Amino acid sequence: MRFDLALVLAGQYHDWLLAGLKLSLQVAGVTLALALPLGVAVALLRLAPAAPLRALAWCYVEGIRNVPLLAHLLFWYFGAPELLPEAAKQWLHAGDVEVASAVVALTLYTSAYMAEDVRSGIRAVPGQQFHAALALGFRFLQAMRLVILPQALRVTVPPLLSRTLSLWKDTSIATVIGVGEMMYQAARVESASFRSFEAFAFVTSAYLLVSLLITAVAAGVQHRWPPRPA
Amino acid sequence: MLELIDTYWLYFLVGQYPQGPLGGLALTVLLASLALVLALPVGIALGLARVSPWRCLRWPVTALVSTVRGLPLLMVVFWAYFLLPSVTGHKTDQFGTMLVALIIFDGAYIAEIVRAGIRGVPRGQVEGAYSLGFGYLGAMRCIVLPQALRNMLPSLVNQFVATIKETSLGYIIGLTEVAFVATQINTQVFTKAAEIYAVLALTYFLLCFGLSRCAYALERHLHRARGT
Repeated sequence: MRFDLALVLAGQYHDWLLAGLKLSLQVAGVTLALALPLGVAVALLRLAPAAPLRALAWCYVEGIRNVPLLAHLLFWYFGAPELLPEAAKQWLHAGDVEVASAVVALTLYTSAYMAEDVRSGIRAVPGQQFHAALALGFRFLQAMRLVILPQALRVTVPPLLSRTLSLWKDTSIATVIGVGEMMYQAARVESASFRSFEAFAFVTSAYLLVSLLITAVAAGVQHRWPPRPA
Repeated sequence: MLELIDTYWLYFLVGQYPQGPLGGLALTVLLASLALVLALPVGIALGLARVSPWRCLRWPVTALVSTVRGLPLLMVVFWAYFLLPSVTGHKTDQFGTMLVALIIFDGAYIAEIVRAGIRGVPRGQVEGAYSLGFGYLGAMRCIVLPQALRNMLPSLVNQFVATIKETSLGYIIGLTEVAFVATQINTQVFTKAAEIYAVLALTYFLLCFGLSRCAYALERHLHRARGT
């Protein structure tokens, strides 16, 4: 069998792979939009003045980061819906339960990592700034929002972008619970046509292309807004 | 819950061993350890090539490392699954496939750890070595690498944690590691999915959390040792 890339550049197989690419991008986009605010919230909790809140956020971060994404996906897809009441289960199965479980698992997983990136960004801002803000009469959240976070964000954007790159690659694992993303479609084309090399070449280039784009954005950001010594 | 653990604990830990092939948690740990041990020399070689003064070595290796780091591990596993039999000429089992994929993937990541470790050694050390009459390779081998490797230890333990988590992808190609075994138990029991997968998550947590605490302790120890 000759290598024939034309097979995946037009026609039905091409449509499948493109649909997969679109869903992968959507899942990554929705997850990013949900995980970023959640990550910032958890990071703030980890630095909160009250010890129980700090402990809670610590458990969240450590508990999630030390379990592989695959186990998260299996739990949220096979395990969690079973704990819901019957009505909620029916509602869930009427919709796209695979994509919903994948987004939940990916959001929790990514937010735990993002929380650590944001936290180390906050810690990079000298502590005196925070105390000065408190001395000027700001409350904890005000001091964070108006003084610390604007400075911390600058240091945090590069690690957050590299985390986004990981998120993009992680979407591929959603194939295990049957989400029709790019990896799933590659396997589908492969089993329908036995053209594994063509399908994998297409999907590999698509993953690489988006990865390179994210890397380019990260390089651009680092060039345009280099971290300043605070 | 307790009844479940009581019935299936041995299967969960070692799979069908000794009646059948090794599986379960033991296979996960074995695969991760082997992958890290074999990926380490690959990573050191790639990392050295990444910082080498020879362009014909540096550029292709940089391209290779960037490509692998831009791909999901699953993609590397799929390529290994389909390319290995045609390269080696005979069918590769799931363990071999996963091992090769992990060595390539971890090798690329360890290369970056090695590169950062070498960059972290003060420039004066290399200059001192040159003035003592060492060549490039001699300075690397006797002066830079020993210090760099020492500083890299915590990152390597963290990479081991990452590798343990990565072995879970063997599930997709039917390797009987712990996630796969948990799914088989779930198929047999059928009604207790949440509990079974919670136990699976807890198992991974205990293993990875323990190891990452070791990395943390190691880091502090090295920091103190350097401070004095």
